[in-house]
Formats: sequence, structure tokens, C-alpha cells
Amino acid sequence: MEETLIMSTAGHEAAANAPTAGEYIVHHLTHWNSTGHAQKNVIDFSVINLDTMIFSVLMGVIGLFVMWRVAKSVTSGVPGRMQAAVEIVLEMVNDQAKGIVHSAESRKFVGPLALTVFIWIFLMNSMDFLPLDLLPSIWQTITGDHHAYLRVVPSADLNGTLGMSVGVLLVCLYYNVKIKGFGGWVHELFTAPFGSHPLLYPINFAMQMIEFLAKTVSHGMRLFGNMYAGELVFMLIALMGAAWSASATGVSLFVGHILAGSIWAIFHILIVALQAFIFMMLTLVYVGQAHEAH
Amino acid sequence: MNLNATLFAQLVVFFILAWFTMQFVWPPIVKALDERAKKIADGLAAAERGKHDLELATKRSTEALREGKEKAAELIANAEKRAAQVIEEAKLTAKAEADRIVAGAKAEIDQEAVRAKEQLREQVSTLVVAGAEKILRREINAQAHADILATIKQDL
Repeated sequence: MEETLIMSTAGHEAAANAPTAGEYIVHHLTHWNSTGHAQKNVIDFSVINLDTMIFSVLMGVIGLFVMWRVAKSVTSGVPGRMQAAVEIVLEMVNDQAKGIVHSAESRKFVGPLALTVFIWIFLMNSMDFLPLDLLPSIWQTITGDHHAYLRVVPSADLNGTLGMSVGVLLVCLYYNVKIKGFGGWVHELFTAPFGSHPLLYPINFAMQMIEFLAKTVSHGMRLFGNMYAGELVFMLIALMGAAWSASATGVSLFVGHILAGSIWAIFHILIVALQAFIFMMLTLVYVGQAHEAH
Repeated sequence: MNLNATLFAQLVVFFILAWFTMQFVWPPIVKALDERAKKIADGLAAAERGKHDLELATKRSTEALREGKEKAAELIANAEKRAAQVIEEAKLTAKAEADRIVAGAKAEIDQEAVRAKEQLREQVSTLVVAGAEKILRREINAQAHADILATIKQDL
């Protein structure tokens, strides 16, 4: 693509010149993948984003390891601070799950699923709090390649979020079949929402398909969009500081960077927690809907 | 925002993490939470029971105290009554004893008086007989006139 061309030409000049604003942002939005260069086609299933995989697995392992440590030494007596913290999150998720998914049997899986989703997404989103260039520069120093790509926020990768929302879709399909039976579910696909009439069958089926598609895509896209935009704003703010100089404009840009960076980082705390919560709640809602017969 | 195989890898990771949580994280913590909830419920119930027990015990102790006081009052009353009775009895016994002693003494005195009289009579009769003997030295046959003498003795 065009950007790659610009990047490669910029690469030769990098030793002498700093990258332009456009180059900086495009570079930061390019994944380190299995091909070693930026992905050429919009959809290419032979490529895998290594940075997304590494950081998402790392976040998942850290989150679960901490909770596993707590779960191993858990006591029904007076809890320690760490246990209390984990209990608060778990209780919050469990309460929400109880309110939305009414089958206690399903909650044995859906509860842990929702907790995993919340903790995992919270930690992945939190990667945004690290200084924008910290991990990429370390990575570039390690590899010795000053143009090595690295994106550290796995939830700002559409593959990461859609992967999770497709996972939720599969869980929904599983419960649809489990609760209603395969026949019952197929019957529902053709008779809901408009009613049981042969003329309405195709319309009902089309509506159901659109519903599943819309749910899944919006579920993944919502998280991705928020985190991607958040990351982008951090990049724009970083550009302000990068353009600083000894002039009046330069100094005001520097001050602007500090001011805007602080405000956006504080606001982003809300977004990080909120998006993790929303993804978890929608997971519960969708699974809950799979339990309800129309 | 390109789509690639990361999507499927993430899907697999998603289920592995969820499975791990379901297997090793969720159950022990939920179990501990349920246990604690039960402990707290039990504790509250025990406290309620303790309060109830205390109330009962207070009531019982008040009752016992009242009963004890009543019993003590009754005992004192009984004791007083008994004491009066004992005194009364003692008085009666003493009077009876005194009467008996007095009667004994009287009887003894009477006896003594009778004996003294008898003795006196004996002596007088002897004296009389002796006097009469002296008077009628020769004539009197003690055997022949014994009945007369006895009659005289009687009359004396």
C-alpha cells in the first residue's frame, strides 16, 4: 500500500530526519505480524499479528495468574486486601450474571466467562496507559531495527476484539441449541420475531441473521473503535510534544502536550473501565437472550 | 484495521482463558464467598439466639429471686410460729412438772404426816399401855385385853 512505500522511503532517511506526523502515526498503527512487513490486503488469513497475540496472552496470563493465586489461598474467614479486591470484582460480575442469565447451570460457565472478559479487556485496555513509545522503542532497541513495528494495545486491534465477540457468538449459539433444542432453535429462526406464517419465514430468517451479525460486529467494533480512537488521540498529543522547540509556539505545544496528555489519560481511565464493563455486560445480555424463547 | 488469522487465535485464547477461570478461579472464590455468607448468617442467628437466651435467663433469675424471697419470708414466719409454740409447750411442760413436783411433795408430806401420826399413835398407845400397866400392874393380861387396846389405839 501507499503508506508502506512512504514508510520504507522514510526508513532510509530516518537516521537524518525525524518522521513526519503522518509517518509517525501510520508507523504506530502498523502491527508486527508474521510476515515482517505491513499487511497488504484488508483481509488475509495467512497473516497473524504477533504483537496482539503476545500482549493479549500476556495480559490474560497476568490477570488469571493473580486471580488464581487468590483462589488458591482463598479463605472464608477474614479476607486479605488482594482477596477482597478480587472478591469485589467477582461479586460484581456474579450479581450482573444473576440478574441477566437466570439459569444457575449456565452461570457456572457464563459467570467465569464474564469475569475473564472483564479482567482481560480491562488489562488489555490498560496497556494504553503506558507511554506511547516506551515499549516500541525498547522493542526497536532489542531488534536493532529502528522501524520495527509494535502495537501494545491488543484491544485496539480489530482482530482481537472481533475474535472475542465471535467467541461470544459461539457461546450464544451453543446455548440457543442447548436450551431450545436444535429443532426449537431452527423453528425460532424462522418464526421470530414477526410470527409463524410461511410468507414471513424468509423475512424472519433474514432478520435473525442480521441480528446475529449486527450483535457480533457491533460488540467487537465498539471496543475496537473506542480503544483505537483513544490510541490515536494519544498519538496526536504525542505529536504536539514532538514538535516542541525554543520558540513561543514550541513551548506552548509542549505545555499543550502535558495538559492534553494528562486530561486524556485521566479520561481514558474511565473509557478503559467502561469499555471492559460494557463488553462484559453485552456478553451476559447476548447469552441471556440465547436462553429466552421468543 | 486489517483482518487476519489473529482473529481465530484470539478466539482460541478467549476460550482457554474462560476455561481456566471456570476451572481454577471461579469455584474456590465463589465457595469461599458462600461459606462466609453462611458464617455471617449463622453468627447473626447465634447472636439473636444469645439475646433471646439472655432475656429468658433474666426472667428466670428474677422469678427465682422472687420465689427465694417468698420462701424466706415463709420460713421466718414458720420459725416464729414454731418458736411461739415451743415456748407455749415449754410453759405447759414446766407447769405440769411443777404441779407434779408439788403434788409429789404434798403426797410425801401427807405420807410423812400419816407416818408421824402412826408413830405418834404407836408411841402414845405404848405410853398408854405402859401407863395403864403401871396402874393395873397385875390385873392386865396383854393378850386378853389386846382387842380393847387395839380399839383404844384406833380411837386415839
